[in-house]
This record gives sequence, C-alpha cells and structure tokens, in this order.
Amino acid sequence: MTDLAAPAGRPRGRFAGSRHGLLALGGVLVGGVVLAALFANWIAPYSPYELNVAAMLQGPSAAHWLGTDELGRDVLSRTIFAARISVEVALVAVGVGLLGGTVIGIVAAYFGGMLDMLLMRLMELLFSFPAILLAVILMASLGTSILNAMIAIGIIFIPGFSRLARAATQAVLRQQYVDAARTIGMSDARILGREILPNVVTPLLVEAAVAFAYAVLLESALSFLGLGAQPPEPSWGNMLNTGRGFMAQAPWLGIVPGMAMFLCVLGFNLLGDGLRDFFDPHLRD
Amino acid sequence: MTSSIRTFATERAAPARAAPAPTPTLAIEGLTIEHAGRRGIACLVDRLTLEVRPGEIVGLIGESGSGKTMTALSVLGLLPRGVRVADGDIRLSERSLVRMSAADLRAIRGDRVAMIPQDALRALNPVLPIGEQVGEPQVIHRGSSWQAAKAKAVELLRGVHLRAPEQRAREYPHQFSGGMQQRAMIAMGLALEPELLVADEPTTALDATVQAQVLKLLREIRDTHGAAILFITHDLGIVAELCDRVYVIYAGAIVEQGAVEAVFTRPGHPYTQALLRATPTVRTVQTELVSIRGHIPSPLELPRGCRFADRCPHRFERCASEPPLLEVAAGHAARCWLLEPGHG
Repeated sequence: MTDLAAPAGRPRGRFAGSRHGLLALGGVLVGGVVLAALFANWIAPYSPYELNVAAMLQGPSAAHWLGTDELGRDVLSRTIFAARISVEVALVAVGVGLLGGTVIGIVAAYFGGMLDMLLMRLMELLFSFPAILLAVILMASLGTSILNAMIAIGIIFIPGFSRLARAATQAVLRQQYVDAARTIGMSDARILGREILPNVVTPLLVEAAVAFAYAVLLESALSFLGLGAQPPEPSWGNMLNTGRGFMAQAPWLGIVPGMAMFLCVLGFNLLGDGLRDFFDPHLRD
Repeated sequence: MTSSIRTFATERAAPARAAPAPTPTLAIEGLTIEHAGRRGIACLVDRLTLEVRPGEIVGLIGESGSGKTMTALSVLGLLPRGVRVADGDIRLSERSLVRMSAADLRAIRGDRVAMIPQDALRALNPVLPIGEQVGEPQVIHRGSSWQAAKAKAVELLRGVHLRAPEQRAREYPHQFSGGMQQRAMIAMGLALEPELLVADEPTTALDATVQAQVLKLLREIRDTHGAAILFITHDLGIVAELCDRVYVIYAGAIVEQGAVEAVFTRPGHPYTQALLRATPTVRTVQTELVSIRGHIPSPLELPRGCRFADRCPHRFERCASEPPLLEVAAGHAARCWLLEPGHG
C-alpha cells in the first residue's frame, strides 16, 4: 500500500527528509553565525584590533589558527567580530525593508485606486535600479557610515517586500472573513491589524530570511568598496579587499572572510528555502 | 401539490405571534438599488418595501440574482463598490440608515444589527481562536478588555449549545464542524443583543440534520432575546418551518407578501404557485422534478409591465402594464392582475 499511497510525480517521504535536512543545515549555519556575533568577545582568541608587528602575514599556526594579516592581527578573531557587523547590518536592513515594505504593500492593496497606483509606481522606480548601484547612490547621498549602510540596504529591500505584501493582501481581501469583519463593525485600522496582517505575515517572514542573505552580501560589497564598515572595524567585505592585495603571499587573508561570507549566505538561503517549503501547504505532509 | 406544503406549514410549532408593534425594528420603504456598469444602469432592487417587527422572523425568498442579498447588504450599509441605494429609505427602529455617516453605520453594525453569513467557515478568520472572534464585538463596541471579551465569548458559545465552550473557545475555525462554525457565527452575532439579525442563507452549507438544529436555535433566539430576524433564503421548506411572514422577491421586486400560512395555502402570484409546485416533498411522490421554464430577466433589461409575464402560464393583455400589489386577503397581497376585482 505504501508505494500506492504517494501519487506518481509527487515524490514524498525520501525527499521530505532531505528537505528538512537542508533546513536543519541552514539552521546550524545561521545559528553559528549568530552565536559568533553575539559572543564574539568570549569566543575570539585575540582582540580584533590588536597589532602585532612581530607576527605579520603569518600562515595558520597553533597560536593563530587562521593566520595573521598585514598588521599582525589575528584573522580568526577579526572574522568572528566581522560576523557581528554583518548580522547587525542585516538585521536592521531587513527590519527597515520588512516594516516599510509591509506597510506600503498592505496600505496600497487595501485602499487601492490612486494611492495604490502611486505607491506601486514609486516602488517600481526603486526596483528599476540595480541593487548595488542604488546602494552606492544612497551611500553617496547619506554619507559613509555603517548606520547609513543599514538604511541604504533597507531601502533597497522595500520594493520587494511591498510587492509581496500587496499580493498577499489582495488575496486575503478576497476572503469572506474580511467582509464578515465589516459586518461586525470593524474599522479599517482594526481590519488591517487583526484580519489582514496575521494572514500575510508568513510569506513575508520567509522572504525576510532570504533577504538576510542578500543583506549580508550587500553589506560586504559596500564595505569592500569602502562605503560600509570603516577600518580598523573588521568586516568581511573590507577584509576581503585587504586580502585581494596579498592573494599571492597570504591567500588566507582573502579565503577566510570569503568562506565565512559563503557559509553565512548559504545558511540563510537554505533556511529561507526550508521555511518556504515548511509553510507551503502543498508541500506539507 | 400545494396541499402537501400546506400540511407542512400548519404542522410547525405555531409561535406566539407578536402583536403588531407600533414601530417595526426594520422598515424598508421603496428601496431601489442600482448598479452603474459599462452596459448601463442595472436596477437590482426596485421599490422594495418590507417590515420586520420585534420578535418576528420574516422570510425573504427568491432565486439567485433576485436581489435578496443586495437587500441584506443594504441594511448593513455594505453594498459592494459601484452599487448604490438610488431611492427609498431603510429605517432601524425609526433611525434612517441610508443617510447615515460611515462611522455611525459602523457603530451600528455588530451592535444593533448583526449578520449571519452563508458560509461560516469562510467568514471566520483562520488564524485567530474562535473565542477571540466571538468576543471581538465587545471590544469594538463596548471597549471591554480582551480578557472580559473572551470570558463573555465562552458564555455566548454555551448559549448556542456548544459543548465544552471553555475549551472550544481556544480552538481555531478549522477544528470546528460546519454546524459548530455556524453556531459560533450566531454567537458572535448575538454578542451585543442586536435588535435585528440578518441571516443570509445561513443553513445552505449545512447538511439536513445540522440545518434543523440551527433553525431551532434561531427560533430559540427569537423567543429568548426577542430579536427580529430577517431570514434570506431560496428554500421554501425553511420558510414554512421557521418564518412568521414571508416576502417573495422576483427580479428585484416583491411579488407576494403575507403570513406564511396564507401565502402557502393560497399563493396569489403565479410565481409563488410555480415555486410551491417546484418544491419536491416527501409526501408527494413526484415522478418528475417540476421546474419553471425560462429564466429570471436580467436587471439590465427588465420587461415593461409584469416581470414574470414571460414565464407565466396565465399571461393576458393586462400584463403589459405593471401590476400593483393587490390584496388576496387581509395582510396578504400579490403583484398580479389576476387578483384585480372583477377579473375571472
């Protein structure tokens, strides 16, 4: 009976297991990055700023597991502290994007008409710029600082979240329980908060996990270009930029932050995909 | 075949008929509802007049597209976009709802008037526990705390005979059966003891035994709360079982009105007669299902004269002009020239 139970073309069981396996792997990777960020002070063996002229550009050793950089600073410690910057920036940026996008999307869909048209054209205007170009433009006008990087990346996320929120809201608005809410005398504000928001929040949270990965990449890109975290503050982006110059003598300078970034982004993507599958009623067993 | 309906109608537990009250709970007068669309102005409801007195259950019966749901929505001030009240008045205990501001209407909805919807599952928010939803009118209209509202919800759920209401209040809509969902909606509607309940085919989605329980509950509500109920349906059996008076609506206009017994025993309008013939019953072994030939006319191109003329077996010259409501007996009228004194 078991082989008949699963309809052809919709393999379950075996694949369901691996799907949850990927979700778990994503969780572990993300968990590692977040723990590193939270407890950097305790985990890192050295201070990320401590210069050691006696030990410049040393390869991995017992004292410095991942070697030292051109100023003798411990690469492992700097990579761990850089996780803190990445997570902070990603958290604030995704927060800005999620909040702004959700409000704009829900309001546009709920009130419709001219307001919807105006808001969505504005979102398309933002969307039409390549993300990194928009980030650079925003940073140029806001000024170079890590806070401005957070805001700039957040603004880039607003159009995506707003479209998602708008589409989800339009679907909810077609549901009878919204009409029923009106029959008991609910105000627009209450309908938005009680009937619509709780019913659109799932896809937005899934999108947030994926946006997190992108935020980490964008922050690194900005820092690489010298627009984000400023030296001596460690960031995967500016460490990578430094490593670029020493690729021949000390490849670990570039490889270590690069790997950290890769694992972090992979983790958030797996987590996002896993969550999407988890919440998708069609895939749920 | 009418005789079988008659027995059905007279068999029901005759409720104590409320003495004609001076002020009806709901008074609709000459209500005209229009929809302005690309293909012109459609008249969805035409000069409809009806009355629901306190403690009375009034049936509004008609087929799909006859305008019965629009009438119900207009009472709540919730007509869809593009549909408007073009003329007439709707009064709730003498307060006109037609010219009322949006905010005032909102204050009345859920408080003085409640609606019981057709499909309870789809009318409940899937992500909130039942108790919160049933208690919500308390929070909206009485400014009570959530805690008090949830306690009240448990009480209300007990009032509609839900077992283990404390536990049920914490459950979500999908955990309820169809009948329980409809009970929950009725409990929500009753939350603030409204003067008027508008029930829009509340039993259509339910199976027969559950339907009977819900109807019993509605009758009980009328008896204990004294609420007036406007019951919208296409089911003659339910009207016979539940209602005191009935209005038959056809193509947006009332074609017959009167006490249920009177209308069912001596239907004055050929449409009502046809409806009664078309209703299969257990008592009559019908070898063939009777249907009324033709279709309800489009609200965009209503015929001049009698709206039912095209489908009417008794059509004659007089039907080219629109008949007024003519008396069949005291308190019973139908919109048909056959009733004109001196005819036949």
